[in-house]
Amino acid sequence: MMEPGTLMVLAGLGAVVGLDFVSFPQAMLSRPLVAATLAGAVCGNVTAGLLAGVLLECFALETMPFGASRYPEWGPASVAAGAVAAVPGADAELTARMLPFAVLAGLVGAMIGGQTLVWLRQFNLSVAARYRDELAAGDASAVTSVQWTGLVIDFGRAGAVTAVFVVALMPLRDAVRHGLDSVGGTASLTLVGVLAVGVGGGAIWKVVHSAKGYEWYLTAGVALGSAAAVLL
Amino acid sequence: MKAAPTLPLGTWLHVFVRLFAVQGSYNYETMIGNGIAFAAEPAFRLLPGGRDGEAYHAAMARHSRYFNAHPYLAALAVGALVRAELDGEAGERVERFRTACCGPLGAAGDRLVWAGWLPFCSALALLVYGLGASAAGVLLTFVGTYNVAHVALRAWGLRAGYREGLKIAAALGSPVLRTGPLHVARALAVVAGVALPLVLLRVRAVQPTSIVFELGLAALLAVALARWQARTDGWRVGVILLLLFFIYSVVR
Repeated sequence: MMEPGTLMVLAGLGAVVGLDFVSFPQAMLSRPLVAATLAGAVCGNVTAGLLAGVLLECFALETMPFGASRYPEWGPASVAAGAVAAVPGADAELTARMLPFAVLAGLVGAMIGGQTLVWLRQFNLSVAARYRDELAAGDASAVTSVQWTGLVIDFGRAGAVTAVFVVALMPLRDAVRHGLDSVGGTASLTLVGVLAVGVGGGAIWKVVHSAKGYEWYLTAGVALGSAAAVLL
Repeated sequence: MKAAPTLPLGTWLHVFVRLFAVQGSYNYETMIGNGIAFAAEPAFRLLPGGRDGEAYHAAMARHSRYFNAHPYLAALAVGALVRAELDGEAGERVERFRTACCGPLGAAGDRLVWAGWLPFCSALALLVYGLGASAAGVLLTFVGTYNVAHVALRAWGLRAGYREGLKIAAALGSPVLRTGPLHVARALAVVAGVALPLVLLRVRAVQPTSIVFELGLAALLAVALARWQARTDGWRVGVILLLLFFIYSVVR
């Protein structure tokens, strides 16, 4: 069972990174690498949080927040994933076994979080509609009200989404822990590591394949990285 | 073109800080329109008549309507729109400019930032992780590198937009926006190519297994996803496979 104080800190962290994603200031604190690592630190196991963050970051390479398109929201989900991965006092074997569950939680959470962003935008539209006449008249206080309402609601939304994720996932983690024990850390790491790096590799190809001469740069990088990985 | 009126430092700072919240009321009808008016408002106070003047209200009404652009390059638009309003440009001309610059500012920002600088900084941080850096080192590399360019791009956009006014085509022709995406994409290809195998190496270092076998599997998956890119997203494949693994683990 998580301490209420820890839950509140995680919800606060989720609110900050959720606000950062679109509304303010878009400093990319919402990326899994940052959000999951910080959540791991809050829960007392920064290494596990970083591991979950690195793996989720590989998945996140694939999604780009283009315009009004719908995309997963990584911040609150990554906070929850980092908290799930960071079992206090866990050894390397237990951390490895928990990773697939943490990454799965992060991916599903990002999908759900993305849907709440759609609702937020619809809500913002309803707020703007309420001030339609004032905005048309150039009333600065209406502009400020619409802007601040959006910011405050986004902050609250992200904090609430994070709290719901963490509250739902912690008992689930404890419930499935013995089932995950039966598979072992090696298989868990192989699966989640290969999946993340494979998805990240496919994502990079999608991003760079329109750049002239990309294949030489990518091949050189992969050859160098693979040689280093095999020889180190 | 006449010289740009000098804005007080406080006004610059006020507008600049508000630019970071330009998407604060993002919605599917006016997009970031309200955010544009919100960011430009401190400068509009300098219009004839101040906050109670007709020019101020007309500008606020005009700029809270639909507008869409990349959030960082919206700074370029805000700078140009503030200059146009302070220069007393005709409302219709400002409206036409707003409509015309949405597409270019969106496309240029998406290519440079979302499809270039952001994945590059991610890959760089993954490389630093793969080379064995601490959590603080990885985070500082990512957040620091990304935001140096992020803040600089917003500041440059605001200044260049204000300097050029409605003639921001010159600013859009800047080498950073024109050829920057190509160079960033090439750098990304190299850095990510090196980083991903090293990430796998460090991740699996918790439990030793054969790295060659794992690298081969990851490469196969990457090629398959690249080939089927129009049909599926990798992260959706990840959800399905992890879910199957999870169910297998629990019911076993």
